[in-house]
Amino acid sequence: MTEAERAAQELSPKMGRMGAEDPSKVPPSAPQAEPPKQKKPALRIQGVRKSYGQVVAVAGVDLVVDEGEFFTLLGPSGSGKTTLLRLIAGFERPDVGRIELGGRDVTNLPPYARDTNTVFQDYALFPHMSVAQNIGYGLRIKGAPRQVRERRVQRALEMVRLGGLGHRRPNQLSGGQRQRVALARAVINEPEVLLLDEPLGALDLKLRQEMQIELKQIQKEVGITFVYVTHDQEEALTMSDRMAVMSNGQIEQIGPPVEVYEQPATEFVAGFIGISNVLLRDGVRFVIRPEKIRMLAAGEQAEPGMTVERGQVEEVIYIGVSTRYLVRLDRGEQLVAVRQNMDALGDAQKFEGRPVRLAWTPDQTYVLGQREVKEAR
Amino acid sequence: MSSVETVRRPRPKGGGAAGAQSLFWRVSWLRPLVLLTPPVGWFVVIYLAALVTLLITAFWTIDPFTTQIVQSWNLDNFRIIITDSTYWSIIGRTVGIATLVTATDAVLAFPFAYFMARVATRRVQTLLFAAVLLPLWASYLARVYAWILILNHSGVLNWSLQSIGLPPANIGYTNTAMWLVFSYIWLPFMIIPVYAALERVPESLMEASADLGARRWQTLRDVVLPLAAPGVVAGSIFTFSLTLGDYITPILVGGASSTFIGNVVYANVGIANNIPFAAALSMVPLGIMAVYLFIAYRLGAFEAL
Repeated sequence: MTEAERAAQELSPKMGRMGAEDPSKVPPSAPQAEPPKQKKPALRIQGVRKSYGQVVAVAGVDLVVDEGEFFTLLGPSGSGKTTLLRLIAGFERPDVGRIELGGRDVTNLPPYARDTNTVFQDYALFPHMSVAQNIGYGLRIKGAPRQVRERRVQRALEMVRLGGLGHRRPNQLSGGQRQRVALARAVINEPEVLLLDEPLGALDLKLRQEMQIELKQIQKEVGITFVYVTHDQEEALTMSDRMAVMSNGQIEQIGPPVEVYEQPATEFVAGFIGISNVLLRDGVRFVIRPEKIRMLAAGEQAEPGMTVERGQVEEVIYIGVSTRYLVRLDRGEQLVAVRQNMDALGDAQKFEGRPVRLAWTPDQTYVLGQREVKEAR
Repeated sequence: MSSVETVRRPRPKGGGAAGAQSLFWRVSWLRPLVLLTPPVGWFVVIYLAALVTLLITAFWTIDPFTTQIVQSWNLDNFRIIITDSTYWSIIGRTVGIATLVTATDAVLAFPFAYFMARVATRRVQTLLFAAVLLPLWASYLARVYAWILILNHSGVLNWSLQSIGLPPANIGYTNTAMWLVFSYIWLPFMIIPVYAALERVPESLMEASADLGARRWQTLRDVVLPLAAPGVVAGSIFTFSLTLGDYITPILVGGASSTFIGNVVYANVGIANNIPFAAALSMVPLGIMAVYLFIAYRLGAFEAL
């Protein structure tokens, strides 16, 4: 067990708390005990709307997030995801609707009275406090004794691998380090729900990918419910247990990443996550992902049951791990097909301008408009 | 791609101006030199030279019979200032009232600046700005005289008190009157830097504080005040030094025991014609301000300017 893991485990709120202190909980041996698999919701949002003058930011959202879940709100800018997060934190008040945290109605409570903590997009670290003071501020406000505070700040610093930097000022840290301080400052308070507003947005690609993995690990270790806002579909797919895709203040689809990617509920979701080819055949609109399309070699037979269409390669785009082919079908639409670059030497360019046959199995297509948006999971 | 091309600079097409431009570009120290020579020259000739002259004069004396300046180095002027308790009480009064005025202005300015920076709408903000700056367009003398009309024995204040049946508050021509007038006159110089400091505090810091459980007063104490402190210190440099060097308000609204350092300096220049002593005495507020600025520097007030 690494230092960081041990620190995270000691920090974990749920391990010591469960059952022991909660008198309302039925002991596990009792016959009426709830099935252990049933999780109670950490966050429940019902019919929440919020508008600024004429602009509707959140247009009626229902949502339930389970305890310990890593839940992502994904959407383009202006889709209302950040407003929704701010409504949960209490920085904004909904026009109508209800917000519950851990079963308690908090709709009319100010931020300081809510059991949430936020990792801000700009980190919002207090510039006049040291890193340790920043992290310990929440505990200080709650009146935790100095010794307890110092010990927990130390553990939090170790958890985010910043041990020994407690005395520094935020402006003496790099972007990635500040991000960790912001995370530690929020996690140390062991909130019911931790809110993260595009926390990795300001980091460069490499660091972002590292932090994605690290964030996910920390979330698993401390067991706190995360509500994570991002516009980066890859981030959402990599990290989430479940995700909600938002557009124009509404939730288009809620589900685990695999489901959202493989079975997009709407054309918006299909278009926003990954590259989607939308085709209309026999009055049915369906989505086929580029990586599911096979390009048949000359004379190659399609496997039984496969749909085959003819077209012409218009453009070949080499992108390192794979090559992307833009194909104009004989029936008019343009499709994108992707092939992994298995061979060291790309022979891809020679396909440009050539006729080609594309094949896919109908199982791997997904028909649009057949499923309603799942309501509140 | 195309955006990169459109921002490409037009090429200089020869000619005198372009030649000078490329000269500035090639010789990197030329531009700062041209920019800084006039102001630095002014500063050295007018300001520093005057200060040095003052410093030198302070170590001279005058012949008591001819009142001519005797250019012989001695510390007589300073010895008089240090040994004569009259000067001590004048210096004490000046510094004391300047401190009081600074504290008063800080207390008055903070809520006002906070409202301007963080609560008021754009429109109200502009109106308040005008309200703060407008008095500065009126003559200093006119504003002090206005206070005489308010504070003197048959002034607006006593008239108002009497009309509601209260005894008159005879504060005209006292140190209290000076404290009031100074606090009024220098208030804008405190409001503006405090406003600037408060406006720069990002909203997200206050949200973060509330998010971590701090109530409004705790956020004020732990986040807003520490971050506004450099602005308060910057404003206090103005209010403190302006009060320290003033001699008109003590003449106009002060009483018999309201003499400031500036009044003694003025008397020694204009009446006694003892310029060396005046120079020596004016070293006192200069020294006090140097100490004050040093403390302000250590508190980090200049990092925020």
